[in-house]
Formats: sequence, structure tokens, C-alpha cells
Amino acid sequence: MHGQHHKLADNAYQLKVLDTHEVLTKDLEKFDDKLEQIGLFPLKPTSIEIFQVNVGYMCNQTCAHCHVDAGPDRQEIMTKETMQQCLDVLAGADIPLVDITGGAPEMNPHFRWFVEEISKMGRKVMVRCNLTIILANKKYHDLPEFFARHHVEVVSSLPFYNKSRTDAQRGDGVFEDSIKALQMLNDVGYGKAGSDLILNLVYNPSGAFLPGSQVSLETQFKRELKRSYDIDFNSLFCITNMPISRFLDYLIESGHYESYMEKLITAFNPAAAQNVMCRNTISIGWDGYLYDCDFNQMLGLKVNSGAPDHITAWSTTALNNRNIVLNQHCYGCTAGAGSSCGGAVA
Amino acid sequence: MERNTYYDPKDLAKFGNISDWDSELGKSFFEYYGKVFAEGALTEREKSLIALAVSHAVQCPYCIHAYTEDTMAKGCSEEQMMEAIHVAAAIRGGASLVHGTQMMHRFKELNM
Repeated sequence: MHGQHHKLADNAYQLKVLDTHEVLTKDLEKFDDKLEQIGLFPLKPTSIEIFQVNVGYMCNQTCAHCHVDAGPDRQEIMTKETMQQCLDVLAGADIPLVDITGGAPEMNPHFRWFVEEISKMGRKVMVRCNLTIILANKKYHDLPEFFARHHVEVVSSLPFYNKSRTDAQRGDGVFEDSIKALQMLNDVGYGKAGSDLILNLVYNPSGAFLPGSQVSLETQFKRELKRSYDIDFNSLFCITNMPISRFLDYLIESGHYESYMEKLITAFNPAAAQNVMCRNTISIGWDGYLYDCDFNQMLGLKVNSGAPDHITAWSTTALNNRNIVLNQHCYGCTAGAGSSCGGAVA
Repeated sequence: MERNTYYDPKDLAKFGNISDWDSELGKSFFEYYGKVFAEGALTEREKSLIALAVSHAVQCPYCIHAYTEDTMAKGCSEEQMMEAIHVAAAIRGGASLVHGTQMMHRFKELNM
């Protein structure tokens, strides 16, 4: 969408679509009001436990649902200088987990250095690996060994345990390459019984419906992947598709937008709202700006309410006291069992 | 407003309205319905696949709409969903064919 100058690539237009009758035919209950009814407004952080760094929007895939609008044409890449600023913050802050995402984060030329430096600090590193990057070029073939050396927790998207639904969402040939990459990760010990190398998969629905039970889906994924491909993994995270970016475009074009929003709102779960990830996460953009989550980052909604909005002005105290920036897309994290970068929350 | 079709997809969302004219029976039905589909000796996923098959056997458009989405959400593959429908079709077809034995008995009764 970015490369095509699609109107939804404009954040202001996306927010207008989410907030007004630009596409919707009726008023939908405001997310702020929904939180007010359960005493959660303004939404405040609990503490910062996850330091999620988006090191760039460049990706070897162009997934149909991608909230980042990532792809090979994206030029936004975190510099080594900004990575160093992240490391400086981590050195002075007691944050146990660094979650590295993209795009395909491995395409950032400083990715390995960044992982090594975080690892030296004794922090846990999680990398959101799209799997196919491992096979995309010879220079990435050793990623499983690199991840293993630094005890990186690998989190990888696999929207379904078959080719048709995976390729429909992630592109032709992605399922087969993903299977090969999972087998390579298994070969170095990832996801295997008795190993401390963690391999988690991410499921998100391949269309305009909400995910079912995470426990049940995990059981099916484990059975089907083991039976058909001898693949092992640790946990399955179920993530609801957010009504932003490419998925929003799909919803509008397919005529599902209003009904999808109604599904999210009807399924609002106060217990999930209590545990939304923005309460314990801070998201850092490729250019060092700070956001409440990766979705707000893509909508250009920086942290506000007096908290610093750039890594160079980091203040743990101010960030812990901020009001989290909310909008209608937040219903995506509070529907049913809830949704976060770590799966269901309720 | 005049309706030009017996089935309107929007009516599915109004299913709960059946309680408007008999709240006691409506409430009882929906409580029962909820309990039937809860995890039990069968999983919710297995029950959803049964519901999808039965939806086709009783040819209810609302049920097919609802349980296609429900089985997808519960992680059923296209192959599993189609196999469930073939189970319904086999039972329906078998139910017709097994009556062929009655026809054969009657034929033999009447035939010299």
C-alpha cells in the first residue's frame, strides 16, 4: 500500500476510517467508553516488562494481512546509532525481555550485532522470524545456529497447518518454505522436548473471523505438524487480526469491515482488557520514536500524556505514568480470550 | 416493510429475538444450547464439526453460515469440513437407499 500510494497508507485516513462514517454506516461504541464502563479509563501501564524494537519495515514477504505494510520495497531501517540508544536505555532500565520485530528483522544489516549486544547484557531476546527468511538467501541459512548460540526465543507466524490457508495469507510457496525452516530450527534443537531453545508459533485467522481457543488450536497444530512433517514446537500464540493497514483494506474491499468491527465489539472481554499488552510493553520504532504497541506505531500514534516520545529522552518513571493512547482498533486486543504479541491474555 | 426473500442473512443476528414472544422458553433454549456446545466428553471443535454436518443435513442456511465460520475459527481445515459434510450426505443418501430393502420386499410380495 505504501509503494502504491494507497489512501490507507495515510495514517490520518486510516484513523478517519476507524473513527467516522467514512466507511462505516453506523456509530460503533467507542473503545474509550467501553473501558470507562469497567473502570479502566484512562488506561495506565502496570510496568515495562517488554522492550519491543521494530528494526525496520523491510521484509522478503508481502503478507495480505500485514499490519506493518512490510515488504521488499520498504526502506525504513533502524540505524546502528538508534540501536545503540536502545542498548543505552536497556543498560539503565530493569526490563527483562527484548522483543525484536520488523518487517523481517534479520534483513537489518546490524541485526546480529544488536542481538549479540543484548545477549551480553543478560537480557532475554525474542525474535519474530517469518521463517522463509532463513531460506531466502545463503547468508541467512545459518540463522538457526545463530539464534541457538544466543538462546534467542524464536516466534514465527504460521497461520495454518496447511498450504492453502497459509499461502492465501502469506504468499505462494510460503507454507513449503516455512515447513523447511521449521525443520531446520528443530534440527538445532528448537522446540524439541528437553531442549531449552524455545520455538513458538503464531496463528492468526486467515480471514474475517476471530481465533478459536488457543489451547485447542495448539493441540491441532501440534498433531498435524508432527504427523505430516515431524515438526515440534513449544506453544501456539493466537493473535486476532487488527483492523488496520492491509487487513483493514481487505475488510473494506471484501465488505466485511462493519461486521468484523461488530464481532470485535460484541466479543469485548473485560478480563482481556485488564491484561492488554500495552500495559507492560513499550514499542520502539525504526526511527527511535516510542509507542504503546506495534499497532499504534503503524498508525503513527506516539506515546503522549507528558511521557517522552523518543528513545533519546527515555524516562521509565514518566512512561510508567503515561496514559495509553487508544482508538477503535484496540477492540482487536480485547475480543474473546484477548490478543497480544504473546497470544491470548484471558 | 415488504420482504422479498424467506431467508435474509441479517436475520441470523436476530436469533435471540425469538425470546421476545416467549421469554421463558427462549431463555431455556439458549441456556440449553450453550451447555450443549460447551466442552464435555466431546471437544468444542468436534461439536462444531457435528453441527456443520447437521446444518447441511437439515439444510439450514443460517446454521451453515454460522458453523462454517465456527469450524474455521476452531481450526478445522477445508478437508475436515468437507469430510463432515460427506458424512451428512452419506447418512442422507443411505437413509434413502436403505429403504430400497422395503421396496424390494414389497416387490417380491407382489411379483409372481
